[in-house]
Parts: sequence; C-alpha cells; structure tokens
Amino acid sequence: MEAILIHLIKIACVLGVVLFICAYIVLVERRVCAFIQDRLGPNRVGIPLWIRKDGSAITLGGKWALGQPLVDACKSLLKEDFVPAHVNKLYFWLAPMLAMSPALIVFAVIPFGSKLFGESMILADVNVGILFVFAIASFTVYGIMLAGWSSNSKYPFLGGIRSSAQLISYEICLGLSVIPLFMQVESLKLSEVVTWQSNHLWLICYPWNWLPALIFLASSFAETNRLPFDLPEAEQELAGGYNVEYSSMKFAMFFMAEYTSMIAASALMVTLFLGGWSLPFVPATGGVLVGLAHICIFLAKLFALLFFFIWVRWTLPRFRYDQLMGLGWKVFLPLALLNVLIVAGVIILGWVK
Amino acid sequence: MHDQLFWFFSIAMLLSGLLVILGRNPVTSAMFLVLSLFFMAGLFVLLEAYFLAIIQILVYAGAVIVLFLFVIMLLDLKTENVRQFKRFGVFGALVVAGALAWKLTSVVSAVLAAAAKPVVGTTEAMGKLLFTQYLLPFEVTSVLLLIAMVGVVVLSRKETK
Amino acid sequence: MKLERPKLTLAERLYLPAILSGLALTFSHIFRKKVTLQYPEEKPEIPPGYRGQPVLVKDEEGRVKCVACQLCEFVCPPRAITIKPMEYPENAKYGKVEKIPAEFDIDMLRCIYCGYCEEVCPEQAIFLRGPYSVTGLSRKAMVFNKEKLLELGGTLPDPIKKWQKK
Ligand code: SF4
Ligand code: SF4
Repeated sequence: MEAILIHLIKIACVLGVVLFICAYIVLVERRVCAFIQDRLGPNRVGIPLWIRKDGSAITLGGKWALGQPLVDACKSLLKEDFVPAHVNKLYFWLAPMLAMSPALIVFAVIPFGSKLFGESMILADVNVGILFVFAIASFTVYGIMLAGWSSNSKYPFLGGIRSSAQLISYEICLGLSVIPLFMQVESLKLSEVVTWQSNHLWLICYPWNWLPALIFLASSFAETNRLPFDLPEAEQELAGGYNVEYSSMKFAMFFMAEYTSMIAASALMVTLFLGGWSLPFVPATGGVLVGLAHICIFLAKLFALLFFFIWVRWTLPRFRYDQLMGLGWKVFLPLALLNVLIVAGVIILGWVK
Repeated sequence: MHDQLFWFFSIAMLLSGLLVILGRNPVTSAMFLVLSLFFMAGLFVLLEAYFLAIIQILVYAGAVIVLFLFVIMLLDLKTENVRQFKRFGVFGALVVAGALAWKLTSVVSAVLAAAAKPVVGTTEAMGKLLFTQYLLPFEVTSVLLLIAMVGVVVLSRKETK
Repeated sequence: MKLERPKLTLAERLYLPAILSGLALTFSHIFRKKVTLQYPEEKPEIPPGYRGQPVLVKDEEGRVKCVACQLCEFVCPPRAITIKPMEYPENAKYGKVEKIPAEFDIDMLRCIYCGYCEEVCPEQAIFLRGPYSVTGLSRKAMVFNKEKLLELGGTLPDPIKKWQKK
C-alpha cells in the first residue's frame, strides 16, 4: 500500500515537473527567439497575486512574462473548438491524445536522480529501458498520421504522409546510433548507463562516441519535428501541415506534444551521452543533499540541451524533403552502422574501461 | 492477479483481432491490429519475456502497421459497403485455417514440454540463443530479408540505358 | 545555358562548419542592443508629413481655417464627416469669411484614412496629420467633434490669407 502511494507521488511529481517545464519552455522559446532576432519578446504578463478594488492587479514577474503560459493556456482553452464537417470524428479526437501521450510515457524510464530518502529516482527501472523508449516514441507517428488523414483535406494529409515517412526513417538512425553505447555499458537499463558513466567518464568524452552523439542529436531533431527537420508542419509549404484543421485545445495538444517530446529527447540525450545526474567531483552516493544535487544537475543539463534545441531552431533553415531523406538513409544510416563496427573494434582492443 | 491479467490480455487480444477483420473501415482495422499487438505484448510481459514484448511493439506496432496505414492512406481505400463472399475464398480460408490449427497444436505440445524448464526472457538470453542454438535460422532469415530488399531496389529503380 | 556547379570542399559538404558559424552568429545576437519599442511607454518619433488621422487646423492668427463649404462632407466615401455650418457675424474680425462650422464631427469608426477630404478642401483646413493612435471606449467617444479635431490639428501657418482679398 505504502509502496503504491510512494509510486503515485513520484508519478505526480514527474508529470507535474514535465508539464511545468513544457509550459515554460514555450515562453523561453519565445524569449530566446526574440533575443536572437534583436527583439524583446513577451515581457508584460505577470502572475496575478491580488486584484485591487479598481480592477488593477498586483502581479509577479511581469518583466519576465511569468504569467504568459497561464494566459496562453486560458486562451487556447477558451477559443472555439471548431470541428469541420468533413473530418472523421473519432480519429480527429484520438490523434491529439496519441500525439501527446507517448512523449509523457517516455519519462517513466528516465533516471532523473540517484536516490532520495532511499527511493531511486526513476519511475520504472525496466531492464529493456532504451528499447521501451523507442517503442513508445514510435507511437507519436500515429498521432500525426491520423491527424493528417482524419482531417480529410489535402495539406494535412500531405503533412501527415511526409512526417510519417520522416519519423520512421529517423527512428532507425536513432536506434542504430545508440547501439555502441550499450555495447560499452553492457546493459540496456538506463539507470545502469548512468551509473556506468558516474564510475567512468561520460560517454561523450570518448572520441568514438562523438559520431553517434551527433547522429542521435540530429535524429532527435527529426523525431521531435523541430527545425531544421520540421517538414510535417512546414508553414510555408503546407500551411501548417497535419494540424491545419485543428483549433483550440486540440491544437494546443499538438503544440504541447512537440515540446514534451523535445523535453523527452533532451532527457534521453542527457542520460545517454552527458552522464545523466552524474557530475565529476560530486559523490555518486550520499544523503539527502547529494540526492537533491543530483536532481538539480540533471535538470541543469536538461535545460542546457533544451536551450540548444531552441537555439538551433532559430539558426538553421529547413531541409528540402529529398535532402532530408537522403541525409537519413544515405549518410546517417551507413555512418551509424560503421560506428557499431568501430566501437566493437575499440572494445576488442580493450580501450574502454 | 497473474491469471486474471492473462485472461484479460488474451480475450482482449482475440476480440480486437476479430474486429480487425470485421471492421469496414481499413484504418479502423489497422488500429485494432495495433491494439491486438499491444495485448500480445502484454502476454509476453506476463511470461517475463520483456525483450520480446518491447520488440513486438517497436517493430510491429511502431513500424509495420505504420507502413500499412501509409499504404491504406495512399491508395485511398474507402469504407466497404457490401460484403461479398466468394465460395472459393471461403473454402481456401477454411483450408488455411485448418492447416494453421493443426500446425499450432504440434507447436503448443512442444512448447508445453519445454515450459518445464525456466527460460529467462532477457536481452542477454535472447542474444545468446540467437547466436548459438538458432544461428542458422537467424542467418537464413536475414538473407531472406536481404533478398527482399534487393528485389525492391531492383523493382523501384528507374530504367536507365 | 549550362551552369557550372561550384565544387564543394569536404568541409562545405559536411555542413558542420557552416552550422557552427551560424550558431555563433545567432548567439552573438542574443547580447545585441534590442530594437523593440516599448509602445505605450515609448512612442515612436513621427516624421513631418506623416499621414495619420484627419484633423482641423488653425492659421497663425488662431482662426479656424475651415469655411464650412462642406465639400469634404460630400466627398468623404464612408460619410464620416458631418458639418453644421453657421453664419459669421458681419462685424466680427473675420467677417469676410462669412461661414464657419458650428459643429464639425468626424466619426473615426467610419473614416478610412483615404485623404480625399484633405485633397478636396479649398481652404487647406483639413489635413491628415501626426496623430495616429485613435482609441476610445465607446462609439460615442469615437466621434471626434470640432474642439477635439482642432486641438489635435494645431496651427498651420497660412501666408496667403485668401479671405482678406475680397
Ligand atoms: S480621410 Fe477619407 S474617410 Fe476620413 S474623413 Fe477624410 S474623406 Fe472621410
Ligand atoms: S474642411 Fe475644407 S472642405 Fe471641409 S468644409 Fe471646411 S473648408 Fe470645406
């Protein structure tokens, strides 16, 4: 009973934190993109604390637009939820949920800290952790595809078709690029990957892991539909892609799905390549303080990567579709395969350890 | 708990499998196929074959059915209005089903004999089995896939003189 | 015509150096001076000759230049202007003008900023000038009356003084 309660609390905390980051990362994106373009971005709406008699309000952090996510959420909830007459209703409703949930489920197996009060800071330490991630992540494509198809009009359909081809292609690169890591760690458990890295160096520190890291990073851009691989949405060509017919909260779900999967991809990258919660000179085991420090380290790395995601988005232009496919199949795939061989050689030579 | 879950997964799997062939909308059929694969993965989990369960979802639900959907959508299959039964088709189906059932009983009896000794369904055990006991079938399968792949490349290549 | 494609070096084909330099550029922009104008607090500088909303002007003597000829009222496409003319007392200082508007309303909700009123006016009394922020809390508040229009317009010197030479 108690164990279930603890689990429920952990789940609630993780979900809460993820959705919180999801809300605020949108704000961060808007601010950073504004800064990159020499603008200021949202800087008005604070969190309302108290409303005076005359209708004016005392707000917190208005200069930093801390209330912006709140306002945005209210806006998308209150907008008219328009369902066009020509859509396939069932799948039209199902698609946003399918797009959103896989990204959230992925957090079940990501170790976001070592131990706190004797509890390991991971929701489910399954022994096929990374495969679980890929299996769940491959469901995102259903959301996009069904959204495109059920909308029953041309642009969403093209967007859906394009993106499903893209997602499937890059899933393969994603999967192949991490195989060398597990050859070195000799386990598929994500918690053991992090423990290994806290005992050795981070995996990114070994030169033969640079190529897989690059492929993984680029593929996760593609998997999360971020620029330079945001062809499913491609505003200029497809008028918004698979979500053209969506409005109100259903659209917001797609929007949030993009950011949630971005957070998931960053968390995965941190876990696999950047040492998860480990940091040199911070003890791997210890009391409450060390446990908290580990969570903070994980979050710090996560935020750094999220910033990188945003930074890249506002720097690079979009790939052309054939270039995208060519890059995936003709460059990343052979390189990832080659890399498996290289790392196998490295292990035989005994350079790891 | 274990037993209840087993019954739940099996019945749900069979039901959604049935709905695959009864559904009139091809997309609905494909989605029910995904569902039934999910429940099958649940059965694998009950057998503690986590690796198989995950691979089941990853490969079939995550990739193969997506390609099915792809084809369904690109061919623009419409919901069928009238069901037609051809006598020959029914006959053929019965023959195939009978052959499958017959084969299945022999497999099940072999499995029941093997189930006495405990197997670990971890990735490691799977890998060891694949590269020792089942090496030949494994390699043959991969060659088969390679042939299919080469075939596709040849077929889809543009004619160049 | 056949274009020679430039041959790319390995570094160019890898994209990575280009991507990195692009990232460096965008990162440096984060710390640049921002161009955003914090609008309601900071106002943009309006250049002379800016075509904002229609306003009435006075000459340097402080006389309302409009002679209530009502041409603008006729020409205004959305019928935004309503004028009620009034006779000038004969013995007054500007008695020669004969007519001035008693009321001059422009419904700013109807005005389309076409500038026909300015073009048609024989006295150069109505101009599209500086004021650009036209706001109000009710329909009534958006009908600008003579006083308001004159206040917004200010003075525009009139060297000719056509009305005196009659
Ligand atoms: S600008 Fe055009 S619409 Fe506005 S008052 Fe003058 S004539 Fe009428
Ligand atoms: S503003 Fe000009 S056009 Fe209009 S009534 Fe006055 S003098 Fe005539």
